[in-house]
Amino acid sequence: MSGGGATTPATRAEVCVAALAETFRGDGEVVANPIGTVPVIAGRLARATFEPALLVADAPALIEGTPPVGDPDAGKTVAAWIPFRKMFDVVWSGRRHVIMGASQIDAYGNQNFALIGDPAKPKAQLLGFRGAPGNTINHKTSYWIPGHSPRSFVEKVDVVTGLGYDRAAALGPAGRFHRLGLVVTDLAVLDFDTPEHRMRLRSVHPWSSVDDVVAATGFELVIDGDVPTTAEPGAEALRLIREVIDPQGLRDREVPPS
Amino acid sequence: MTLDKRVTEDDVVAELRDGMTIAVGGWGSRRKPMSLIRAVARSPLRDLTVVSYGGPDVGLLCATGKVSRVVFSFVSLDTIPLEPHFRAARQAGAVATTEMDEGMFLLGLQAAAWRVPFLPTRAGLGTDVPALFPGLRTVTSPYDDGEELIAMPAFDIDVALIHMHRADAAGNGQYLNLDPYFDDLMAQAARRTFMSVEEVVATDDLAAGGPPQSQLIPRVFVDGVVEAPFGAHFTECPPDYGRDEAFQKEYAASAKDPDAWQAFRARYVDVASHDEYRRAVGR
Repeated sequence: MSGGGATTPATRAEVCVAALAETFRGDGEVVANPIGTVPVIAGRLARATFEPALLVADAPALIEGTPPVGDPDAGKTVAAWIPFRKMFDVVWSGRRHVIMGASQIDAYGNQNFALIGDPAKPKAQLLGFRGAPGNTINHKTSYWIPGHSPRSFVEKVDVVTGLGYDRAAALGPAGRFHRLGLVVTDLAVLDFDTPEHRMRLRSVHPWSSVDDVVAATGFELVIDGDVPTTAEPGAEALRLIREVIDPQGLRDREVPPS
Repeated sequence: MTLDKRVTEDDVVAELRDGMTIAVGGWGSRRKPMSLIRAVARSPLRDLTVVSYGGPDVGLLCATGKVSRVVFSFVSLDTIPLEPHFRAARQAGAVATTEMDEGMFLLGLQAAAWRVPFLPTRAGLGTDVPALFPGLRTVTSPYDDGEELIAMPAFDIDVALIHMHRADAAGNGQYLNLDPYFDDLMAQAARRTFMSVEEVVATDDLAAGGPPQSQLIPRVFVDGVVEAPFGAHFTECPPDYGRDEAFQKEYAASAKDPDAWQAFRARYVDVASHDEYRRAVGR
C-alpha cells in the first residue's frame, strides 16, 4: 500500500475520515457508536490515536482494539455484550456519542431522516424516527452527511427526528444533556460554536471552497473571518486507515475519489 | 391439564380477528416469525394494527392489505435499509402510523408487561414524535425537580407472534443467537403469545443446547408453540441459518410493479402451508 517512506496524498474519503474522527476529541471514556462506513472508520481511527479510552460499538458487542471494517471473520476483542436492549441503557446514561446521517438538517442542527412531505402520505418514506429522539436528548450527537446540497441543508426540516439547539433550549432543564458535535460533509466541516448555536462553517475540504459550501446550503451559515482548509490526515493516520482499519477501501464507496 | 401447546400456523390464524393489534418479535430482517406472518398474509384477516421493530413482517402484511395501522420507529431489511413494500404502502397513503423513538417503543412494551399505564422518558421531547404519535401525552414529575417528561403509554397488544430457536412443547422458549431483541417483553406484554420455533425439543434438552440465560421465555407467557423449521426465512436466524440475501432481493424487487408482486405472492405467499413454502424456496 504505502510504498517505502513516501505516502501517497490523502484521498477525499481519507480527509473526511480524519475530519470526522475529530468529533470524538475530548470525549474520554464513552461508547463511540458511529453509524455508516466512513463514521465507523473515523471512530476506530480516533480510538487508535488520540482517544484511547473510547469503547467502540459493534453490535451486539462493545469492542477493544482496531479491527478492520467489512470483514466478518476478523478477530475482535469483545469488552461487553450489548444487545439492543442494553444499548438503550447506555443511551439513557449519557455515556455515548453517536454519529448519525440526516436526509435534512437545519441551521440549529434539527435532523430529519423519517420522511419527506406529508406524514399522512409521504412523498418519500425514509427511515422513521429510529433512535434519533433519544440519542439527541441524552448524549452528544454528530452528523455525517456525504451529500451536501440545498436539499439536505434546509431552512426547515419536514419532520424533526433529532433535536437541534433551538428546540433543546426551548425545553429548559429537560434539554440539559443535548449536545451536538461536528457536522462533516463531502464539502466541509461545520459546528455550532456560535453564541446562538447556529451552524458555522468550520473548515472547507481541500477540493471545496466557501462559495461551494454556501451554494450547497439552503440557509445562511455563520462564516466568521477566513475559513481554514480541513486538515489532511498525517502519515500515521493514513497508515492506520489504509493498512489496519479499511484495507478493502470501503471508504471510497461513500466518498469516491475525485 | 395438558402442557402440550403445539399448534399449527393455521391454528394460530384461527385465533386472530379483524381489527386486532398484533406485536411481532425480532428486529428488522432478523429472527422474524415469517411462517406465522405468511399464514396471516394469506388469510382473510384485515384491519390489523401491527406493532413491530419492523422488517419484512410489516412489508408483507402491508402488501397483502392486512394492515390499517403500523406502530413503529423503523421498518428496514437491514442490508436494504428501507423496506420497499412498507414504503409503497406509506407513499400510497394506505396505512396510518403511530411513530416513535426506538427506546419509547421498548418502554411501551415494558409498561404493558408490568401492567402500568405508562413509563416516563426524555426520548421524544422537543422532536416531532408528539405530532406523529396520536394521543401521546407528557407527565410532570411529582418530585421536587418538576421535570416534564414523555409519558410513553403501555401498548395494548392482543397477540404477540415471536420466533425462537428451540422450545419444549409446553412453551419454554430458547434463543441461541446473540440478541434476544424484545421477544420476551412482547410475550409478557401481550394478552396471548404464539411462538414459532426451529425445533421442539424435550425440556431437558434445552439446557444442553445453550447457556442458562438462553432460556429466555417461560411457558407462563406462551399460549401456543408452532414447530417451523426455517420459520424465520428469509430473515436471519443464526446459528441455524443466516439471512437469505438473494431471496430478500427478490422480495424487495417484487415491490417495483404489480405484476412482479402478483407473481411473488402466488409463488411464495399464497401457498397451502409452511411445508409448501419450504419446497418453493428449496429449504
